[in-house]
Amino acid sequence: MGISISNISKSYKNVKALQDISFDVKPNELFGLIGPDGAGKTTLFRILTTLLFPDQGTATVAGFDVVGDYKEIRKNVGYMPGRFSLYQDLTVEENLNFFATIFGTTIDENYDLIKDIYVQIEPFKDRRAGKLSGGMKQKLALSCALIHKPKVLFLDEPTTGVDPVSRKEFWEMLKRLQQKGITILVSTPYMDEAALCDRVALIQDGRILQIDTPEAIVKHYPKPIYNVGSNNMYQLIISLKDYEFNHSVYPFGEFVHYTDSRTDFNPKELRHYLESKNLIDIEIEQTEATIEDTFMELAK
Amino acid sequence: MLPIIFVLPLLQLVILSNAATFEVKNIKFGYIDNDHSSTSRALIEKFNASTYFDVLTDFPSEAKASSAMLKGEIDVVLEIPRHFARDLQKEKHSSLGVTINAIDGAAAGVENVYITQIIQSYNKNIRTDLAQISDAQIQPVIIDAIPLFWYNETLNYKTFMVPGILVLLVTMITLFLSGMNIVREKEIGTLEQINVTPIKKSQFIIGKLFPFWVIGMGLLTVGLILARLIFNVPMLGSLALMYVYTSIYILVVLGIGLFISNFTDTQQQAMFIAWFFVVIFILMSGLFTPIESMPKWAQIITEFNPIKYYVEVMRMVMLKGSGFKDILPQLIKTLVYAIVMNGLAVWSYKKTI
Repeated sequence: MGISISNISKSYKNVKALQDISFDVKPNELFGLIGPDGAGKTTLFRILTTLLFPDQGTATVAGFDVVGDYKEIRKNVGYMPGRFSLYQDLTVEENLNFFATIFGTTIDENYDLIKDIYVQIEPFKDRRAGKLSGGMKQKLALSCALIHKPKVLFLDEPTTGVDPVSRKEFWEMLKRLQQKGITILVSTPYMDEAALCDRVALIQDGRILQIDTPEAIVKHYPKPIYNVGSNNMYQLIISLKDYEFNHSVYPFGEFVHYTDSRTDFNPKELRHYLESKNLIDIEIEQTEATIEDTFMELAK
Repeated sequence: MLPIIFVLPLLQLVILSNAATFEVKNIKFGYIDNDHSSTSRALIEKFNASTYFDVLTDFPSEAKASSAMLKGEIDVVLEIPRHFARDLQKEKHSSLGVTINAIDGAAAGVENVYITQIIQSYNKNIRTDLAQISDAQIQPVIIDAIPLFWYNETLNYKTFMVPGILVLLVTMITLFLSGMNIVREKEIGTLEQINVTPIKKSQFIIGKLFPFWVIGMGLLTVGLILARLIFNVPMLGSLALMYVYTSIYILVVLGIGLFISNFTDTQQQAMFIAWFFVVIFILMSGLFTPIESMPKWAQIITEFNPIKYYVEVMRMVMLKGSGFKDILPQLIKTLVYAIVMNGLAVWSYKKTI
């Protein structure tokens, strides 16, 4: 009763948005679709929510085919598009009432499901949706997407443009919804959010790079990874990129994530090399790979 | 938004009805009197007495008059030849030179008619005068045609224009509002959310149409009140009939608007297409220029112009007091149009991207 996608392809004129995508989302799973802008995440969401037809392949959502049973899907899924899509000139309460009505239900009927979220915006229920802050808008949009008790929830980049505190709260809400038996497919360009999902699919240029649990994805990172730091970040990156044995060099916060192409890599050699480039305060220590490292490695 | 929707069109009604008239007044009139006789002065006095002409200048020469016309100081020059009075008396015949600035062809035509009328009436007087002076000859029987202007006896342009302009306003507002509407939802993204709900296409379209239908009827009501109070336009026919026809007519316009909306991606595109149709519909509606004087192909096109029928019906019902049977042909055509356009609108609205 989750989501099943097999061999989905979709092109826009010359651009191949999705190429032969297949994966399954288990019932009651919190599944993350992780990828940069333009990877094809929104296209996949639109196919699954019956807004677009795939060129090839089939998909089912909650057991219903996205082409044949689109009417059933529309009754059974909640969709929160990437862009705020509620009526800005209706108030919070009016929006919620409106969406409850077109789904043939009432706010009271499913209030328990949205209660946790709605209480946070209830003080502003007479305010127009357009006048809410970013985090509030997301909460209202989520409430509206949940008002008909959907079996599957689609959230397209729900945390883009939302402040860090609201993002954290939002993910906590998703966890609670999952406990209420809702299958959730969420997309995000933020790699740090991937760790909060049960399983993630890394997607780029319309292809799935890897699907696994966040832990497994990180564990499968093929090489030891090193945090390298120095007094001069710019010079450090240039020097590392010039180093003949480098495998990958990515800036990562105040450090540079470095991997070496040799199996018998000795950090001391690297230190000597960097010192020869007149860098000082050099720090080199092994670190844990993150999903971002994995993604960069796979996307190479 | 609602005050804007109502106040601006009604301002337009007041302004346009007063301004959009084909009456040509305050014609700047100049003359060259080469005769300087009492006869020629009597002729000029005739023009002076007319409310249409402002007698401005007596030009000493034709060259001066020409240069004044070139500068736009005068619209009409009347040249009275030397020996005008003498020729009239002796030869019973004389010529006058009339020069009209015809840059605005329609106005020039009207001016020509005014001048001819004045000269004719002068001619009639002078003939009787001369007949008494000269040896009595048998006068031919003069046939006088006295025109009667039915349904608008005083040829009041406001009576004629107000129903037409009211039609125009109801049409423009409802077309633009409906044309902008769905495409606006596309732009701000709300349509994407709505499309993933079980709402039916027809429910959605009706929900979109109804508010604009109400606004259109409201505009008609306020417009009719103004027509009555400010312009004193006669309302001979039944008000109910006007409302019945308008209620169907607005459906046509809304259908067109929604159809445009479905085929465009931005409000800008929708605006351009809506303008395209509005300009053609208005100029080919018989509101400003009679359809009878259009070329044959254009007359055929006007058959598909809903504004044409509405203008006809409003004028017929308001000024002529036409009844249900009289407007039945227009009513049926409009009804068919409404069904076709709204059918197309529902059909072309897709709940996918």
